[in-house]
This record gives sequence, structure tokens and C-alpha cells, in this order.
Amino acid sequence: MSPKKNLLTTKEMAQFANQGFLRFDELIPRDLCDRLSKDIDSGKIDGRAPAGTPFNEVWQGQPIREVFDHPRVCGIIESLVGPNPRYDHHYPHITQKGGKHQFIHADAEFDPRVGAFDIQFSFFPQDVTPDMGGTLFVPGSHFHRVHESQVGIYQNIVGMQQFSGKAGTILVWHTNLWHSGRRNDSDNTRYMFKLRLNPMVKQQLLWNTDDLHDADSLSPLKGHQPWHGQQHRVFLMNVARFWQYLSNDPSFDPEFWWSRIENEPKATAT
Amino acid sequence: MPQNQQLLYLFTGNSSPESNIVAWSLYDGVTGKPQKGCQEAGTEPPYESVLAAMHDGWRTIQVPVLEPARPGQEFDLDYLKFQFVLEKWETCDES
Ligand SMILES: [Fe+2]
Repeated sequence: MSPKKNLLTTKEMAQFANQGFLRFDELIPRDLCDRLSKDIDSGKIDGRAPAGTPFNEVWQGQPIREVFDHPRVCGIIESLVGPNPRYDHHYPHITQKGGKHQFIHADAEFDPRVGAFDIQFSFFPQDVTPDMGGTLFVPGSHFHRVHESQVGIYQNIVGMQQFSGKAGTILVWHTNLWHSGRRNDSDNTRYMFKLRLNPMVKQQLLWNTDDLHDADSLSPLKGHQPWHGQQHRVFLMNVARFWQYLSNDPSFDPEFWWSRIENEPKATAT
Repeated sequence: MPQNQQLLYLFTGNSSPESNIVAWSLYDGVTGKPQKGCQEAGTEPPYESVLAAMHDGWRTIQVPVLEPARPGQEFDLDYLKFQFVLEKWETCDES
């Protein structure tokens, strides 16, 4: 078990529920980043463990294990997918100058789960400048269930973000989030280490819930994105339904959207 | 002089051509290359509405069709709902 101080707060969890990702800048020390980059360059961590291996059994004795054994990273993992998650797959992305943007896509297949979800880490072991074309991601797209690159027609979405930042930065995402790897316009090689994990327990109240009933903690749940347009209320209803699951509170409905439409009185007037 | 097609996809906040742009894509048959600002966060939409694009000479060749939500799927989200496709024909060099 991670100590409470390393777990996500309710506010961070609410932000994840609403936007579909969290970002932690310069979390991993630079010397470990450098050792990992060497392993990526040499192809040493290309080999995958079988999907479904307990995560704590993979990469023993390697720098990449140290990254995911970092106490804060352990706390993040535990908050989102619980203790002893299952390893799904990893991939060290190396992007040289030139090439093309990936199409915007959601990874893998349709994932129709309403509550349970997988997480994906994007770990950047080296600085990424804007011209290196870091990962593009579309906040608030994790409830929009689409099939891989069928959304490739969308080049620009209002509110999309692209990663640039310092070595050691980690993004953790809901695996349904839309994203793409961008063309690298610089002379530097871009590195991004990706890891997908599956939960093995109900993803409910796994974070540090000390601030669960603090109104400010829940404020991120109210946000929506400019690209949601007229459908932003449907988005907020999806956020509320997700939070009902995460907080194990089926009555959670601060804006009354669900309560209103689920009201079919059975009582007869007397 | 030959003319090549340019296609502008505009995705809007609701079904009206006067509503705001939430996403866009440009396929330029003149240059044959990706538009400037393609997949660059922070790039502004080229127009504030479909109507503004029409005013600038774009011809609308596809408008979104409204479809009722299927029972039980009223709150499901998937693709961007309102897609307009516009075109221009531009002269290009014969070289
Ligand atoms: Fe991907």
C-alpha cells in the first residue's frame, strides 16, 4: 500500500474523471531518465512480457522498473487501477525528424465499459520542445467511444493540447482518450515510453479520499471543452455517471440531470 | 489553366451553419500538402462559422443530417455530430 501522501487527491481524481488525463512534470530524476534513454536506444526494453502478467513481475532489475517503482508513480497507479494491476503492453516510441503526423485516434478497440477503465502512461525521458511534435491529445474525449482512427478526418479540434515539457514528465490517461503522435520537425530524436495497465479490482475510492466531501475538490467535475458544443450537457452527464462509479455513490448528481429524467413516480395521487 | 479542388471540413457546435466551429480539416488539392497548422494545438479555426466561410467563397457540398437518438443511446457520445463539407476550385500552375 502506498502512503496517503503519494496517492491522488480527490481533486486530481476529479480532474482525471473530467479531462481524461493527468500530467506530472519532472517527476522522474534526470539520471534515471538518462539510463532509461540508453536502454531505449539499445533496444534493451523492446521485449514485452506476456499480456496479463502481474505488473510487479515485469522488468525486474531494469531502470524502467525504477521509474514505475517511484513512490509517487506507485501512488498514481494505485489510485487509478488499484493494487497489483495487470501488465497489458508497453512500447518505447522513438520518433526521428520528419515523417508524418499519426491520424488522431483512440487506441485499440471500442471499449464499452462504463465504470472500469485501463490506464496508459506516456513517460518522456528527455525534454520535448514544441518543434519536436510531442503527443497531441484531446481533453474530455474519453467518453466519446470511437473506433481507432475512424476519427482520422479530424485534423484540428478546438481545445486539443500537445505535449511539450521537461525530461521526467509523466502523463497518465484513460485509454479511451483521443490522441496522436505528431511529426518531429526538429533535429532531435523524440522518446516516449508507453505502458498500458489493466485494473484487477473495482476502481472505487482507491485514492486519498480525505477531501472527498470538500466542494472545491469536486469542482473539476463541472468543466467541459469548447469542442463539445451543444453536446456539453451529455458530456457532463457522462462525467456524473463515471463519478458515481468511482466514488461508489449512485446518488451523485449535482446538476440534477439524471434525477430529473429518471423520475417516473409510482405513487397514485390520493 | 487547370483547377484543383480544396475541401474544407467544418464541424460545428450545433446543426446551424451560423453556429461556432469546434473542429476543422483542410485538404488542399492545389498544394497536395497538409495545411499549415495541421494538428497544432492553439491554432484558430479558419472561420467563425460555416456562413462566414460561404461569405468568403466556399461552396457547401454537404450538410449534417439530423437523426433521432436510438432508444437507450440518448447519452452515448461518439463522433462529432455536425459535419459540413465545403469546396473551392483554385487555379494551379500547369508545371
Ligand atoms: Fe495511440
